[in-house]
Amino acid sequence: MTAFGKLIRTTAFRLTLVYLFLFALFAASLLAFFAWNTRRLITEQITTTVNAESSEINEIYLRRGLRGLAFTVGNRALRPGANLYLITAPNGVALGGNVGSLSPGVMATTGWSETSYRRLDENDNAEHRALVKVTELSNGFRLLIGRDLEERRRLFGIVAKGAQWSLLVMVVLGIGGGIFVSRRVLRRIDAMTGTTQRIMAGDLSGRLPVGRSGDELDRLAGNLNAMLERIEALMNGLKEVSDNIAHDLKTPLTRLRNRAEEALARSGSEADYRAALERTIEESDGLIRTFNALLMIARAESGQARGNMDDFDAADVANGIHELYEPLAEDDGMTLTVKAAGAPLHGNRELISQALANLVENAIKYGKPAAAAQPLGIKAAREIVIEARREGDQVLLSVTDHGPGIPEADRKHAIERFVRLEASRTLPGSGLGLSLANAVATLHGGELRLGDAHPGLVATLVLPARSGERLAAQTPDVPQKVA
Amino acid sequence: MVTELNPVTSAVNPSPNPSMRLLIVEDDRESADYLVKAFREVGHIADLATDGEEGLALADSGDYDVLVVDRMLPKRDGLSLIGALREKGNRTPVLILSALGQVDDRIKGLRAGGDDYLPKPYSFAELLARVEVLSRRHGGPAEETVYKVGDLELDRLSHRVVRGKEELTLQPREFRLLEYLMKHAGQVVTRTMLLENVWDYHFDPQTNVIDVHISRLRSKIDKGFDRPLLHTIRGAGYMIRDGIR
Repeated sequence: MTAFGKLIRTTAFRLTLVYLFLFALFAASLLAFFAWNTRRLITEQITTTVNAESSEINEIYLRRGLRGLAFTVGNRALRPGANLYLITAPNGVALGGNVGSLSPGVMATTGWSETSYRRLDENDNAEHRALVKVTELSNGFRLLIGRDLEERRRLFGIVAKGAQWSLLVMVVLGIGGGIFVSRRVLRRIDAMTGTTQRIMAGDLSGRLPVGRSGDELDRLAGNLNAMLERIEALMNGLKEVSDNIAHDLKTPLTRLRNRAEEALARSGSEADYRAALERTIEESDGLIRTFNALLMIARAESGQARGNMDDFDAADVANGIHELYEPLAEDDGMTLTVKAAGAPLHGNRELISQALANLVENAIKYGKPAAAAQPLGIKAAREIVIEARREGDQVLLSVTDHGPGIPEADRKHAIERFVRLEASRTLPGSGLGLSLANAVATLHGGELRLGDAHPGLVATLVLPARSGERLAAQTPDVPQKVA
Repeated sequence: MVTELNPVTSAVNPSPNPSMRLLIVEDDRESADYLVKAFREVGHIADLATDGEEGLALADSGDYDVLVVDRMLPKRDGLSLIGALREKGNRTPVLILSALGQVDDRIKGLRAGGDDYLPKPYSFAELLARVEVLSRRHGGPAEETVYKVGDLELDRLSHRVVRGKEELTLQPREFRLLEYLMKHAGQVVTRTMLLENVWDYHFDPQTNVIDVHISRLRSKIDKGFDRPLLHTIRGAGYMIRDGIR
């Protein structure tokens, strides 16, 4: 597309054309109205004067007869810039006046008419237009009185010329202005297009230029930039996940394959084969669990799980998870206790339960106190506390243990997918527990906070509490699930 | 449908339950053949349909105890098959198999008229246990108030549990766990079935939480008695039954 072609296709330019047309129409109708009214006014003036003169001359004729008439008309016809006069005999022969020739048939009809004429007293012999009135005198004589229309024509010419010029100026200014505005807009759009093309080519870090005027284009650019920001974050997340999947899923897959290969190569007893197969199944179950956890995280992060949201109390979740894990903790030589006060939530109960379960499992797995240097009594050190409470407009669901904890520098890192801190490498687990808990918290507009329990770890799901207004405001966000 | 348990058959293989007629609707030929073969090996009769239309026609005409339906099928998807069947008044229990394992999908499947939902990949032991429980529900008698297995009795109204002449004290959750096991006495119940039905959680714990609860229950109902009633079925789950009768 040529630059000009692009220019005239812009919305600004098209709008300019539409306005130009509308204004031209308006100006033309204004001038037409003006012209028409002037013409009417002039015509009225002429008829009035001609009528007055006609009745005056008629009176002269009635009083002084044909001779008096001829005399008066002869006199008047000689005045400079005079009206038109003509007297004809019944046989059509002109008897007096200043009219040299007329359009044919004018004298045949009485009343008003417009005609071309030549004056007797003018040398140029040019033809003019005139408005004339023909009256029948007694015994077949006819009298014509008229007035030249030159004035009216001139006026018309002025109006027409004015219309031409003003239209011309309007079109030039309009199109010029349109091009000016369009080019300004087009330059900005071109800049945006350039950036988007770079982004489409793969450079996700590109951002649209945002001006300072805060107009609609700036707002659009701002929004697009925010969208790009989100897309970039998601893409990076995705890339990270696929890298991690490649690494952390390939390892167990390789192990699985090696084991099967080894069993196949070695001629063993049926019991050996059976054991190898059992280990294979165990390994694949672990893989499936990892996949499920990854899918769950992806789903929570993409916000798809917003479907099954309802109202419940975090205290019930805490009590339920405590009830489920209490025997397991006890078998591991830990004590699991719960402190739960009313903490109303609106959310996906299943996901929040699972997030809390992950935190509790982590505490049981990794929260065993180091044997030496225990500032707490050994019994207190082996205690894991689940707590649910409301703090202002937040609900806190926390799990506290008195194990080695996580050094502050590692905490942010620990939440990432597949990250298993050095200390925990030897214990079984997928490294997804904290990421899932974090994804669930994010889905509910909250976050997962890791803190220090002096000693130990306190992992807290910080979630927005349910309140009447919040609930009312949120309801439209919750899509109705239809089976 | 429910007859006396056959005391001779062993725990899982072949199934201790009377043979069932199953319809498997699954378009992946390999998994379908595997399922048919596996069900036949444990003594059930299994028919196969490979698309939704065929599945609907067969399910509608045949007298099946349980339908095992894949969610994504050619010609007519699993949920629509179930919908059409239910509209005709056919109440055969349906277990939905699906690669979509998320909570929302599960709920969608159950709302559409499915009776149970099992995400892929699954173990056959899990599928078998669930299908057998469904089948019993289908033709079973009205729910009894007192469950009896050997000399163990559970009264669902008074919440009393008696073994022999001894009254046992159970925690509320232990009671519900035992109630669920006894309701399906003689059938294998898997860990996930217990987590779903007793605790109402649908996630997969990374630890052996259920085993710990079972061992606590076991210490209450079996400890000090000659005949254990609560059995661990290796690779599958648990079963309560009176082994020697």
